[in-house]
Amino acid sequence: MSLICQRCQQAKATVHITDTIPERVERHLCEDCAEKEGIIIKQQHQTTNEILQKLIKHKTGLGTVEDITCPKCGMTFREFQLKGQLGCSHDYEVFEKLLTPLIERAHEGATQHVGKVPATAGETIRKQTGLLRLRRKLQEAVEREDYELAARVRDRIQTLESA
Amino acid sequence: MTIDELTPKTGEWLRGVGPMSDVVISSRIRLARNLADRPFLSTASATTRTEIYRSLVDTITSTPAGADAWLVDIEQTDPIDREVLVERHLVSRQHIDGEGSRGVTISPNETRALMINEEDHLRIQGLRSGLELEALWEEVNGVDDTLANHLAFAFDRRFGYLTACPTNVGSGVRVSVMLHLPALKLTKEIERVARAARDMHLAVRGMHGEGTDAVGDLYQLSNQTTLGKSEEETISVFSKTIIPKIVEYERTARDSLANRSPHLLDDKIWRAYGILVNARHVSSEETHVLLSPIRMGIHMGRFTELDIPMLNELFLHTQPAHLQKLHGKPLDGDQRDIVRAQYLRDRFARH
Repeated sequence: MSLICQRCQQAKATVHITDTIPERVERHLCEDCAEKEGIIIKQQHQTTNEILQKLIKHKTGLGTVEDITCPKCGMTFREFQLKGQLGCSHDYEVFEKLLTPLIERAHEGATQHVGKVPATAGETIRKQTGLLRLRRKLQEAVEREDYELAARVRDRIQTLESA
Repeated sequence: MTIDELTPKTGEWLRGVGPMSDVVISSRIRLARNLADRPFLSTASATTRTEIYRSLVDTITSTPAGADAWLVDIEQTDPIDREVLVERHLVSRQHIDGEGSRGVTISPNETRALMINEEDHLRIQGLRSGLELEALWEEVNGVDDTLANHLAFAFDRRFGYLTACPTNVGSGVRVSVMLHLPALKLTKEIERVARAARDMHLAVRGMHGEGTDAVGDLYQLSNQTTLGKSEEETISVFSKTIIPKIVEYERTARDSLANRSPHLLDDKIWRAYGILVNARHVSSEETHVLLSPIRMGIHMGRFTELDIPMLNELFLHTQPAHLQKLHGKPLDGDQRDIVRAQYLRDRFARH
C-alpha cells in the first residue's frame, strides 16, 4: 500500500515517523515536506571542496574562511581549496588554523615533523626535532614493552638534552 | 647526451638486477623541496619562474649533485622526446604537460633525475633496479645535503619541509616500489594484498602512477603520509616489512601454480610468446600484457627463448614514443601498432 504525504496531500510518503511526545502519533510525509519540517536533510551532491569547507568551518568555528588572505602572495583560502596548491611557504602560517585539520587527516593524525632538518636550519631546530623523534620512539618502545630499547633511547634523550 | 642517444638504451629501472628483482622491478625515492625566499609555482610570475629555474640549474650543475648531469629544458624539447622521458620514468607526465620554464637534470646512468619547476621548485629523484631503498636513500639524501649547502629550502619547525600541496609536507619523501605480481593476479590473491597495503596507508597504483591501471601485472606501491615519520621510518616500512612479504607471497603463488597446473602455466607463457612472434598489429598495452607471463616464465626457469635484458628492451622500445624515435618519424596509433608488430618480429628474428 502506498501512502500519500499527510502534509502536502500530493506526493508519495516515503518518510514514516512515530512521534511519542506529547502522544503516540504515526506520520507519513514525502521527502520535501519532511525536509521542510526539519526531520531529514536531503542528500545533495556536494563537491569535495564543499564538504571540506563545511568540515573546516565546523572545526574552526569560523564564518567566512575563504576570505583569509596571505599578505605575502595574495592567495585566499578559497583559492587554495579550488587549486589544491598553496601560494607560498608563508601560507602555512596564515592558514594554520584551517590547514591543521587537513594536514592531520592527510597524515594519519600527525602534525609535527620528525624527519630530516636542513643544515641551514640551525642547531636548535635540529636538536628539538631530534628530541621529538626520540621521545616518540621511547613511547613506542614502552608500549611494545621493549624496555631494553626504551632504556637506550632514554639515555640518548638525556645526552641530547644536556648537550 | 641527447634523447636520440638515450632512446636505444634500456634505462636504469629496467636493468633487471638488484635484490628480489624476480618480483621487484624498481625502487624510487623522491624528495620535494622549495626555495625559502620564492613563492610557490601556483602564484609565481613567468619571470619568477624563470629565475627559479635558472638559479636551480646553476646550483645543480655546479655542485657534485649534478656536475656530470645532462640538462633537458622541457620548453625546448619536442613532444615525442618529452614522452620518451616519461616512458623512461625520468619525469612525470604532469611535468611535461605543465607550462613555463621547467626542466630536468639527468645523471649519465639515469639513476638520478632532478625535476625543476614541476609541482614544487625541486623534486630530487633517485631510481634503482630491484629493491635498493637504503642505498638509494643515501644517494638522494646526499644530493639534498649538497644542495642545501648552497640553497635555503623552505622549512618550518612544526611542518618540516614546506610543499605546494600539504599532502607532501614534512619529510617531502615519496617512496615507490614497482612490483611484478602475475601469479598473485592469476590466483586472485592480488586484491587481498592490495587491501593489506592500503591498510598500511600505502597507495597501490598501476605502472604509470596515479589513476592508471595495472597493465601487465605491474603495481606501484607508495607511501601517502610524509608528516610524523622520519625518512628512515618511511623507507623501512617498505624495505623491511611490506615488500619482502609481498615478494614472498608472489613467489609462493608462482610455486603453487607450477605444482598445481604446470601445463596451464606453460601454455599461458608460450601462447603469449606465440602472439608476440607472429602478430601483425599489436598495441603497446597488449604487448605489456603478453610480456608479463614471459617475464614470470624466465624468472621461474620455465622459459629460455628470451632473457630478462632482452625482455626489458622489448618492454621499453615498444612504448609509443620509443617506437616512433626508433622508427625515425612520427606515427599515428594504427601505424604504430603495425610498426610495433614488425619491430617485434625483426627483433625475434635477430635473436
